Amino acid sequence: MLVFILRRLAQSAVVVMAMSVLVFAGIFAIGNPIDVLISPEADEFERAAAIARLGLDKPMHEQFLRFVDSALGGDLGTSFVHGVPALGLVLQRFPATLELALCAMLVAVVLGIPLGLWAGLKPDSLAGRVIMTGSILGFSLPTFWVGMMLIMAFAVTLGWLPAGGRGETAGLFGVPWSFLTADGLAHLILPAVNLALFKLSLVIRLARAGTREVALQDYVKFARAKGLAPARVVGVHILKNIMIPVVTVLGLELGSVIAFSVVTESVFAWPGMGKLLIDSILQLDRPVVIAYLLVTVLLFVVINLIVDLVYSLLDPRIRLGGGRA
Amino acid sequence: MTEPLLRVDGLKTHFLTRAGTVKAVDGVDLRLDRGEILGLVGESGSGKSVTGQSILGLVDPPGRVVGGRVLFQGEDLVGAGEKRLRAIRGRRIAMIFQDPMMTLNPVLSIGTQMVEAVQAHETVGRAEAWERSRRALARVGIASPDERLASYPHQFSGGMRQRVAIAIALLHSPDLIIADEPTTALDVTIQAQILFEVQTLCRETGTALIWVTHDLAVVSALADRVAVMYAGRVVETGTVTEIIGNPRHPYTRGLLESVPSRNRRGVPLRSIPGMTPSVLDLPEGCAFRPRCDRSTGACTTMPELVGEREDRAWRCWNPVGAEARGDAA
Repeated sequence: MLVFILRRLAQSAVVVMAMSVLVFAGIFAIGNPIDVLISPEADEFERAAAIARLGLDKPMHEQFLRFVDSALGGDLGTSFVHGVPALGLVLQRFPATLELALCAMLVAVVLGIPLGLWAGLKPDSLAGRVIMTGSILGFSLPTFWVGMMLIMAFAVTLGWLPAGGRGETAGLFGVPWSFLTADGLAHLILPAVNLALFKLSLVIRLARAGTREVALQDYVKFARAKGLAPARVVGVHILKNIMIPVVTVLGLELGSVIAFSVVTESVFAWPGMGKLLIDSILQLDRPVVIAYLLVTVLLFVVINLIVDLVYSLLDPRIRLGGGRA
Repeated sequence: MTEPLLRVDGLKTHFLTRAGTVKAVDGVDLRLDRGEILGLVGESGSGKSVTGQSILGLVDPPGRVVGGRVLFQGEDLVGAGEKRLRAIRGRRIAMIFQDPMMTLNPVLSIGTQMVEAVQAHETVGRAEAWERSRRALARVGIASPDERLASYPHQFSGGMRQRVAIAIALLHSPDLIIADEPTTALDVTIQAQILFEVQTLCRETGTALIWVTHDLAVVSALADRVAVMYAGRVVETGTVTEIIGNPRHPYTRGLLESVPSRNRRGVPLRSIPGMTPSVLDLPEGCAFRPRCDRSTGACTTMPELVGEREDRAWRCWNPVGAEARGDAA
């Protein structure tokens, strides 16, 4: 197990390194931050001084080496716009995004698995058909449009829930969280549902497909032949088998939910990493964009590792060996 | 005659598919006394497995029992509610399936799957259920049962898994075990071991057994009586000696002649011409008619089961050996 984890960490280091090269090259292609950052009225001398201060006068490979050098020391550069360390800026926004993403996943799992099970056990029933039709809508409606419709319906017309922002927060481990206060929870509901919709449809489809396949297996019939109650047959024999694909996909999706909560965060003015990224790209704030992307890569790596570990817990046929994992 | 343990009367299980109604089981009669071993023989698609599952109400949709009665100790299981059936499944009538690779849940330990089977019918603590499972494993000849209970199905060989399935079936000392081709997927040597053990265990515990198989050799070694099925119906029934030594239905004779035997070395095997008819499109009258060398005009109407006794009968207008005896219908 330890060997497995160490090996995965080594692989991850390679991924992070490759990623930083790609990101660095990519960011140069977007545009020159000097045009945005320095006032057009500045004279030639001021311009040169500013460029030198930001380190933009050096050639690209030299800038990269300087970046790597300081990155190894934990410094991903200073934001051009905010004048504070970029990593700190991203991490400061991270709890808001994490909270939103985890709530969305929770909604997707808590609703998706029972609905998928139902649709899989009774594929021809009215409820089963309604669930499947609903999941097609969840897949095909664009997130930003659904977000705006949610705001229109629940915030503007009905006035039940707030339209944007994080609301009141409470501290835990020195970090502000919205879900700890009633007001914060009210602010969390709409964006979480909005972000969950696509994943919910995905979970329903996965759970349904899995259920339809597993329900026909001999071991389910054998479980029934033992005289087990339907709740145990469905809740243990079927559920545990369909959880294997669901956990795999959800693990990967958790990374993408965090990375792509950009749209939802923008629609609901949720002050998370996604919103910071959009703002930073618009202002060509290179260090922040790079810091965001590296944090995201690290997240994906960590999540994948956790998924592999959970996977081995769920499926006894998989044992994480150092030799042939 | 005393009330038999199990009596199946005119059982009909049909599958209502888009392509039409599949009459997988279309009027099957069986009877089984306590402690008796019945071999239910037939080719693939003859309805023998569906018959076994129909007895316990385990046929999956679109299949449905549409007629007949299954009298288990006088109680009709066809009309019984799900709750009543659940109380009987595993406790009074147990089942063993064909493929031991598929009958144990791959993600649950053997212990979990045995303990839940105990607790499904008795309110006992986990420790006691575990102990009972341990003893059941030891009884079917599994060494170091404690270790085995903590293992998962993929850590067992096929033969071991089938032993586990048999141990689960024996947990509640049922009155009847329905074994659906339980040795088909196993090596011949393992097959012989399992056969011997099941026979011994059934004799010891007085458990009756319905052994569903396509293998007449297995039946002749194991069963007391045999029922031969063809296209959803029982076409001949009798004791093993009667069926093997004096088959009356041409299909039974065909089955017997297609078993390789040491005594006929060098003589080409005979096979039954043609194929099992599609259950969607059965010929009128006797379903075996198109493949039968004895068929006559009478065969276009379905013959009744006739014979010497209720449990020695055949469904044929021109039974084998009738010429010599002169008892043709």
